[in-house]
Amino acid sequence: MTVVDLPTNGPAPASAEMASALASSKGAGPDKAFRGLAVAAGVTVLVILALITYSTTSSAWPAFTKYGAGYFFSTDWRPNQQHFGILGFAWGTAVISFIGVLLAVPTSIGIALFATEVAPRRLRRSITTVMDLLAAVPSVVFGLVGVLVLRVPLGKLFRSIGDSVHGVPVLRDVLGQGSSGTSLLTAGIVLAIMITPIITSVSREVFNTVPRNDKEGALALGATRSEMITGVVIPHSLGGLTGAVMLGLGRAMGETIAVTLLIGASSSPRITANILGPSDAMPAAIARNLSEASGDFRAALIGLGVTLFVITMVINVGSRRLVAVVDRRMKGAA
Amino acid sequence: MTATTVPPTTSVADRLKVPSDVRVSTIKGARFARNRIATGAMAAAFVLAMLPLLFVMGNVLIKGGDVISPKFLTRDIPTTAAATELKNDCATVSKYDPTASCKTSAAPKIAEPKPGIGPAVVGTLITTLLSAALAIPLGLLAAIYLNEYGKRNRLANFIRFMTDVMTGVPSIVMGIFIYTLWVLQFGQGRSALAASLALACLMLPIVVRSSEEMLRLVPNALREGSAALGSRTWKTTLRVVLPTALPGLVSGSMLAVARAAGETAPVLFTIGAANTVAAATTVTGQSTTLSFQIYNLITNGGKISPQMAWGAALTLIVLVMVLTTIARTVSARFTMR
Repeated sequence: MTVVDLPTNGPAPASAEMASALASSKGAGPDKAFRGLAVAAGVTVLVILALITYSTTSSAWPAFTKYGAGYFFSTDWRPNQQHFGILGFAWGTAVISFIGVLLAVPTSIGIALFATEVAPRRLRRSITTVMDLLAAVPSVVFGLVGVLVLRVPLGKLFRSIGDSVHGVPVLRDVLGQGSSGTSLLTAGIVLAIMITPIITSVSREVFNTVPRNDKEGALALGATRSEMITGVVIPHSLGGLTGAVMLGLGRAMGETIAVTLLIGASSSPRITANILGPSDAMPAAIARNLSEASGDFRAALIGLGVTLFVITMVINVGSRRLVAVVDRRMKGAA
Repeated sequence: MTATTVPPTTSVADRLKVPSDVRVSTIKGARFARNRIATGAMAAAFVLAMLPLLFVMGNVLIKGGDVISPKFLTRDIPTTAAATELKNDCATVSKYDPTASCKTSAAPKIAEPKPGIGPAVVGTLITTLLSAALAIPLGLLAAIYLNEYGKRNRLANFIRFMTDVMTGVPSIVMGIFIYTLWVLQFGQGRSALAASLALACLMLPIVVRSSEEMLRLVPNALREGSAALGSRTWKTTLRVVLPTALPGLVSGSMLAVARAAGETAPVLFTIGAANTVAAATTVTGQSTTLSFQIYNLITNGGKISPQMAWGAALTLIVLVMVLTTIARTVSARFTMR
């Protein structure tokens, strides 16, 4: 940066505050009041987050203390017999999130690369529009289309897949017994569609931080565009991409309504490798049962929410940290 | 940062005016093919993402378009919509819900209930506006604190970090929070207000972060100019910074509103139920929303439920898309200036 450049961004220089301080004391009262109001609003955000944590945890506490480790490490979920083990739901959430991320990541990175490195300017804008529209489709609408349009044909497809892998050792367990169209795989695919916009937009921002000189250097050395991407853009962006993927993972785990409608609602989900069979996920179990639940059942369901909250929080904090660290390093390099 | 003044849209080859045939001919054989395949794969990824969008939009437009009408949008929700004895008109049933089993020889024909989602339209407007009224002023004030007063001090950084964390909290957790605190602990019962509180919790972090981004775009020279004229920060903020950032603030808030309007999970345990427009015209009473109604219609089944769900879905999508498009247009104008 040259000396004559005036900073137009970032923290205001001390001069602005000094100027206000040097002015007469007129208007000091309203300023203090306004400042107090603004501080109060900022602190309110913290209070709400603290209240969320406290209120949900204290409502779930009976379940945690009564069932102890069995609550987290048992798959035995029978509300009528007062057995609450959430591992089956955790498994369902893990599998569908994994499928979602597995499908969404290559697609999103492909779109982001296409948008930043390949597409002409006109097309870039329409890529943004398509991603915005996809992100704006409400979760329940994905669920609606899945249930009313895709469930029946998918069920037929799953059954024929199940029949054709009948005697094959490993595939039999993963793709067998597809009964109806609602399954772990269906929910996973919908999640992939729903998290693609967020992963794409973060990846785009990450790719935009790659220094122009590095890219042009690679091209000048005779690299093709794909060699430039694998040799310069990707290595430069790895940290940021990890953050983007984790952000998508956090979204996938918390997604509720579409999953509730498409995962198949198994009342006591087991740990199974069969991705074509029905199962259940943590948010889906809450959505389906909390309204009518009471007593220990309610505490157990809210406990599911708290567990989900903690897991997504850890993932989110981790991903923000990663993106922030990478951001700082890239800015230093540029 | 200071490296180049060339607009980022032109490629090296464009600037050097390399003829296009030279560019292609210098790269041959396997490398050329690999480059082609990679480019094709990237374009294919984009097409792959467009397919579900087109599929969902197409289905909703075609099936919802058949149902939607001014009467549909204002009529009460028929209480007999889920009645199984109405499943006698196989043609209608299978048109909207191919999975439904229907017997032509079933019960005698009763007057067909007229589809309507008036209460859901009213409820969506009330809860969305109410949550916006709760979240936007609070979020904007918090953003003013972060950008105009706190800046990089410890509290501001902590709030910023926690707001980011709050953005990632699953929406259903917001529903559980209001359910446990407001409905159970405070004993306030389910209501449009409770649902609005849950939606406001969801919107708040989005409003804070987007507003802060917009405030940051306001050049410091404006603040310094105002300060030089003797204005204090509050006056500078209200008279100079906010008017300058207004379009951006509006678009950020509208995106948050659009997000809240389409959400179902926070509403599930907090809103209750309402079947008439009169009942849904309330703040403290039970109500319903479009997304919540769609979820109910799918899970409860019934003869005209699917067609009502499609109509409600089209209404909801139009509402969300209009909000999103206005927001994007406003922000595009703003960033171009």
